[in-house]
Amino acid sequence: MITSLLVANRGEIARRIFRTCRELGIATVAVYSDADAHAPHVREADLAVRLPGKASSETYLRGDLIVRAALDAGADAVHPGYGFLSENAGFAQAVLDAGLAWIGPPPAVIADMGSKTRAKKLMAAAGVPILSAVAPESATSADLPLLIKAASGGGGRGMRIVRDLGAVPEALAGARAEAAASFGSDEVFCEPYVERGRHVELQILADTHGTVWTLGERDCSLQRRHQKVIEEAPAPGLTDETRRALADAASSGAKAIGYVGAGTAEFLLAPDGRFYFLEMNTRLQVEHAVTEFVTGLDLVAWQLRIAEGRALPPEPPTPRGHAIEARLYAEDPARDWRPCTGTVRRFEIPSAPGIRVDSGVEAGTVVGVEYDPMLAKVIAWAETRDEAARLLAHSLAAARIHGLTTNRDLLARALTHPAFLAGEVHTAFLADHAVDLFAASTVSPLAPLAAALAEAASYTGPQPVAVPAGWRNLAAQPQVKRYLDGDGTEHEVRYRLTRDGLRADGLADVHLISSAPDSVVLDERGIRRTFRVATYDDASIHIDAPGMSVALSPVSRFPDTSAKPGPGSLLAPMPGTVARVAAAEGGVVSAGQPLLWLEAMKMEHLVAAPTDGVLAKVHVTAGQQVSVGAILAVVEPKEGPQS
Amino acid sequence: MTILATRLDPSSESYQANRLDMLAKLEALDAEHGKALDGGGPKYVERHRKRGKLLARERIELLIDPDSAFLELSPLAAWGTEYPVGAALVSGIGVVEGVECVITASDPTVRGGASNPWTLRKALRANEIARVNRLPLVNLVESAGADLPSQKEVFIPGGAVFRDLTRLSAAGIPTVAVVFGNSTAGGAYIPGMSDHVVMVKERSKVFLGGPPLVKMATGEESDDESLGGAEMHARVSGLADYFAVDELDAIRAARRIVSRLNWTKSGPGPLASGSAPAPEHDEDELLGIVPGDLKAPFDPREVIARTVDGSDFDEFKPLYGPSLATGWATVHGYPVGILANARGVLFSEESQKSAQFIQLANQRDIPLLFLHNTTGYMVGREYEQGGMIKHGSAMINAVSNSRVPHISVLIGASYGAGHYGMCGRAFEPRFLFAWPSAKCAVMGPQQLAGVLSIVSRQSAAASGRPFDEEGDAAMRALVEQQIESESLPAFLSGRLYDDGVIDPRDTRTVLGLCLSAAHNAPIEGARGYGVFRM
Repeated sequence: MITSLLVANRGEIARRIFRTCRELGIATVAVYSDADAHAPHVREADLAVRLPGKASSETYLRGDLIVRAALDAGADAVHPGYGFLSENAGFAQAVLDAGLAWIGPPPAVIADMGSKTRAKKLMAAAGVPILSAVAPESATSADLPLLIKAASGGGGRGMRIVRDLGAVPEALAGARAEAAASFGSDEVFCEPYVERGRHVELQILADTHGTVWTLGERDCSLQRRHQKVIEEAPAPGLTDETRRALADAASSGAKAIGYVGAGTAEFLLAPDGRFYFLEMNTRLQVEHAVTEFVTGLDLVAWQLRIAEGRALPPEPPTPRGHAIEARLYAEDPARDWRPCTGTVRRFEIPSAPGIRVDSGVEAGTVVGVEYDPMLAKVIAWAETRDEAARLLAHSLAAARIHGLTTNRDLLARALTHPAFLAGEVHTAFLADHAVDLFAASTVSPLAPLAAALAEAASYTGPQPVAVPAGWRNLAAQPQVKRYLDGDGTEHEVRYRLTRDGLRADGLADVHLISSAPDSVVLDERGIRRTFRVATYDDASIHIDAPGMSVALSPVSRFPDTSAKPGPGSLLAPMPGTVARVAAAEGGVVSAGQPLLWLEAMKMEHLVAAPTDGVLAKVHVTAGQQVSVGAILAVVEPKEGPQS
Repeated sequence: MTILATRLDPSSESYQANRLDMLAKLEALDAEHGKALDGGGPKYVERHRKRGKLLARERIELLIDPDSAFLELSPLAAWGTEYPVGAALVSGIGVVEGVECVITASDPTVRGGASNPWTLRKALRANEIARVNRLPLVNLVESAGADLPSQKEVFIPGGAVFRDLTRLSAAGIPTVAVVFGNSTAGGAYIPGMSDHVVMVKERSKVFLGGPPLVKMATGEESDDESLGGAEMHARVSGLADYFAVDELDAIRAARRIVSRLNWTKSGPGPLASGSAPAPEHDEDELLGIVPGDLKAPFDPREVIARTVDGSDFDEFKPLYGPSLATGWATVHGYPVGILANARGVLFSEESQKSAQFIQLANQRDIPLLFLHNTTGYMVGREYEQGGMIKHGSAMINAVSNSRVPHISVLIGASYGAGHYGMCGRAFEPRFLFAWPSAKCAVMGPQQLAGVLSIVSRQSAAASGRPFDEEGDAAMRALVEQQIESESLPAFLSGRLYDDGVIDPRDTRTVLGLCLSAAHNAPIEGARGYGVFRM
């Protein structure tokens, strides 16, 4: 019997595992890095153990500290969650060696599946179809396009698509470097790249008594940067034959390697219906919730039961209905998915029957550069796929998420896109439909108006409170307020609040029904809408209304006379750590020449010379932490500095 | 709670007629206000803008806090004179960085912002409001100086502008000058006498004598910038404390100055924090109370019921001297004692009651509100013998020596010594406003014409001359017309006899703003004797 479980993880997955523990009566132990000292998962655990430091390598990847923590806190089992040490056979072994229960398959199985090349060999031996590897040195144009992958990787890191033989060496080097940095091994391999393929995976649950369940498939084709964005169960548009063949392949593969616990067999499904084994994930998947929704199972509970030696019933439950999950990331899809950091000011996703939110954040959570920018998973279930998509899209659209840029709009658009609703999903979906999905949303003039009126309603001064905001006995000038939206577009609002109501320039059809600091009700041509307005200490204003979620920042009436960075200054595009500096002060640089790399959110961002000239000043050194907007270097253009 | 009931019937014919009459007067008032807003007219406004300059009211809007209220004062100054309505100056009470200030801004589109006799009176009135209510004064200056053709009326009394500035400073009331353009010769003493001075790069021009005058006086060759530019005054003479790069920067600097004044209101705050209860009765109905013909009496309690918090009014001595209603209420949370003429005439009882009431308000440090609709003190043998003068004098004595803030609103007639007793302009109420329905003169036009007619008839009889009946009728019509026009609010406002003509529906707001402004100074009534029961 497990009585106390340590979760060697953070964020939403730690909270999700704790939830099941609470339902089963199991005590919970969290671990946390210094960056997570105030994170929700820490607060929700019965006990929490600090892992000193911020970097993952000092904290969540320190198996020795985590085993020590489990023993110190009196835990009798360790759940690794996903990511971090979840597929680390050495860690699994260390947990077992410490006399603790390990929530996952035996270390030998993890090791076997950990190397993609070895896993493929084992699966091929079990009769599971695979894509055969291509030796990159001897690749010909007939093999193109090629996909280079890290052997021990995942999550898209160390992955490159090559469409030109000449680009192979550079791609290999890049993939190796990234693999080495991310996974500690620079082993990569090469295989044919299937265009417009689908990513379909099978959920496996196996007990220690020889029962192996396959719990239906999930489609995880909607990806960006090789990372999943939207996942669903079942996969749309599969024939029963394909479905069965996939399940059989997964099941026989799992049996062949003696799999135990929850795992996932990932397949690449080609447009022609053929499929190939990609890899086996020996852990709980991020997207396990969609399977839970359609099967009614609690996979974490079953992981724990299997670890306790319980046997699965002979037959798995029959899946029912359709579930879709959307991963809410703090990132800006319009800016090449750039991760966004900051403080979550508000995080409210309206609850509804059929909606499940697994969130790692709440109002006040600081999302930093240290970890994955996933904020939450929102999962919807309904009898049919269309209904589930509608429900999920609506929940996302109605969510109030303030303080960070997120991919929420993109998710809602993808879920309502005709091609998605037609089941036409594949890994290039987001790129193919970029025009529809990434279209800049124009900010309705009602949003800045609502912001201005909420501000007016919250005005307090030395004069009597009940005197109408902006009152004039002679109406000479309107109130003028200006706001910047997220794209840097300025919106000017000119309005008067008169005895006869609102008079807003250019919005003659808009009437003010009521206003309060947090809510403005406007009537536009007979359509009444409530704008919920939230203002935060950093002066940012968020306006949420049906079909609208806008973040604005007020523009001062007076120009900023404080010092501005000189011309040619290169500013940090985001907070991060300087990975390396490639050019020396005083050197001649040409436009586009790499000057330095900034590491943030596990990605390296190149900072290049904006123009030909001289690198006049380098303000940073490798390893230095910089905040967004920090001056990294100054390039003086060839002609000499502009005055 | 003593909630006033209403007998006003908005569906009645008289209400509807009164309302239409008032709306017509408001429309006419809007048109006059429009003249002030137009400043020097499109041509000069355009020229001013082309120079990259902000208009006077734009400067004020940027100076005051967003969404704060601004009470413009004396907008009709110079109405009915040879000078443009508004008198080339905008003045009012606004909030800068959370501080209520008196703000003036020269309107350079009106004859270069030059000071004519009415500009001067308006500026002096603004200074007085700053002084008596202890409000910081911010002057946004851009003026060509004195209007030379009227120098005889501007030059000698105009010294008071500079005297006021330094006396305000001496009294601890901050003064700020932001010089946007010309402020030369005498005008140079506006920055000279102010506590804080902001000048604008390449715009401010502050010198005693310009290049031509200097050349004439000493033969020296010079230019504007070296004689009086912002940079010179900021770096060399030290007259400027803040060097602003442009107008916006100058206004920003002025706001920073006010934010650093360490200003707190010396008077008590409103009784209850938060929003005071609105009147129980509809403020919109204030339009239908006062009849177009002031001969018909109306109950001022209907006005009070639509002005004071929660329509809650505790009447003092309702059965004694019923021609004047007196009582206690709050307006936007500020306690007030109200005196309101109920039936026009003031008798001995009303006079005694008001003297007692004013003494009570002084003992309690409660501001007084006077709602005028009086034809004056009662005349006639019985009343003279009854001591009407003594009793009226007691009331005027009480009003004159009362030291709590007074606010007068002329809602109907304000004739004769009744105007004095009800705290007319000469009795220095902190603020005095008129409704468009108001009339104010020594007596009604018909009475005045009639008196003149009787006097000339007696004179003819005494000297045995035949009386010219036809001439008399013509004279009476002419006098009546003249007095009528000179009793009207726009005319009186033009001569600075009030601080503005207001929409009746704004009365509560205006009173709230004025009471709030007045509470920047301590509220201390006159003391000395106990309250005389009269």
